[in-house]
Amino acid sequence: MAAKIVVKDLSFSYNHQRVLSAVNLMVEADSILGIMGPAKSGKTTLLRIFNRLCDLIPHVRIEGEVFLDGENILRPGLNVDRLRKRVGMVFDKPVPLPRSIFENLAYGPRLHGIKDKKRLEELVERSLRLAQLWDEVKDRLNESAMKLSGGQQQRLCIARTLAMEPEVILLDEPTYGLDPISTLKIEQTLQSLKESYTIVLVSNNTWQVARTTDNVAFLLMGELIEYGSTHEIFTVPKDKRTDDYISGRFG
Amino acid sequence: MAKRINPLMLQRIVKAQLWSLTGFTIGILFFIIFFISIKGLPQITLEFLTSNPVDMGRSGGIFSTIVCTLYLIFVSLMIAMPLGVGAAIYLTEYTRESRLTHIIRFGTECLAGIPSIIMGLFGFAFFVMALGLGWSILSGGMTMSIMLLPTIIRTTEESIKAVPYELREVSFSLGVTRWQTVTKVVLPSALPGIVTGIVLGIARCIEETAVIIFTVGSSLRLPESFFDSGRTMAVHFYILAREGISMPNAYGTAAILILSILFINLSAYYLARQFLKKIC
Repeated sequence: MAAKIVVKDLSFSYNHQRVLSAVNLMVEADSILGIMGPAKSGKTTLLRIFNRLCDLIPHVRIEGEVFLDGENILRPGLNVDRLRKRVGMVFDKPVPLPRSIFENLAYGPRLHGIKDKKRLEELVERSLRLAQLWDEVKDRLNESAMKLSGGQQQRLCIARTLAMEPEVILLDEPTYGLDPISTLKIEQTLQSLKESYTIVLVSNNTWQVARTTDNVAFLLMGELIEYGSTHEIFTVPKDKRTDDYISGRFG
Repeated sequence: MAKRINPLMLQRIVKAQLWSLTGFTIGILFFIIFFISIKGLPQITLEFLTSNPVDMGRSGGIFSTIVCTLYLIFVSLMIAMPLGVGAAIYLTEYTRESRLTHIIRFGTECLAGIPSIIMGLFGFAFFVMALGLGWSILSGGMTMSIMLLPTIIRTTEESIKAVPYELREVSFSLGVTRWQTVTKVVLPSALPGIVTGIVLGIARCIEETAVIIFTVGSSLRLPESFFDSGRTMAVHFYILAREGISMPNAYGTAAILILSILFINLSAYYLARQFLKKIC
């Protein structure tokens, strides 16, 4: 399969502390890559490099290259806003903007120049349907997004990312703190989305990674320990540390 | 050694003491409002509000001083609001904490500490004399705006900082630029705090006297433009009382002063609440 993102010798340090060291990996197009590893292993940092949200942190040092469709996204002078439009992100905590449901979804597209009301409405409906939230909110699009439940809010956030019509979706523990039913809905959503989107999923939940992803990267203390197809990693892991982690012996 | 007081008893005593201290503070406020109202409200008639002072304020109303006060508020805020809110946005959103931001903050705090009589003297020397603007609402407005800046910067900064950082991250992650994020997400959420700063500014314009006498003057004529001299309500009250021209009219003016500050405060908080209800 074609590679959407290629990471070459990527190192990242923050305040002279190594967070990632010489990571090499690849994200295949139209698939789900799971990134797993214990806390502080650099998962979130890696994710935030993919959309350059790491720029917000002061005193960082990045080495290596990250290619999105062959273009190095770490080069200076890159239009970060355009990159972030192509690479959407969903955070671990659902953060609805203090606006209505409709306005949450229309926020991004509108600021990127879509003014036509009809077009916005179509976009909102399509995104909400993709995120499997449409049926629950179709009659109250003008109500505040803050009134939704936690699980609904997280699906709203996914829909908000989808409304940007991105190519890649980054998810940082999207089901953290959600009940099993909401978690299931989000996992189903991810399955249906991978047909047309490239997805990178960071998760602390080993079983979620096993259930939903096609490929897995296992990070430990900023090092990539193992990278391969989910099936392989969960049946015949090459590294003992991977084996220990997925069988719950540490982490 | 004295017997230890039972903690429950102590709790009751402390609670009663704290309550009475709070009650005393509120009591002073109500006493002042009550006192001014008793003396001042009987003076207030439609004619008092709509006619100009006659015979140095011995009779007639206070219309020209109300107009002058409104002009002064307008000019001061038109200058202080963009500067103050802009500076606060710069300090919170566009720079990281550094030596420079510390110096800027220290500077604004010093500015807040300058006694108003000194500011009046500065306004007189610089705007009135050096720039040749004369005693005018423009001179006064510019001097007042310098005095309002620290408050507006401080309150705006605090309320911008109170906006959750996650909202900015979400906005950035949607490819929205920093400026758009500031105008579409940060400022709307910070609005109640900004409004508070502006309300404090308005109140300051209404109550200030020293600066006004130095820079706007004390002409009783109805100001026709920003280049005219004039007399604000507070100055009018001061002169009426200080020179013993007319105590009843002084109290009438004072009552209007207090009522307008009350009115501005209440309506500003109401508007901010309504706005919050709409977006949340």
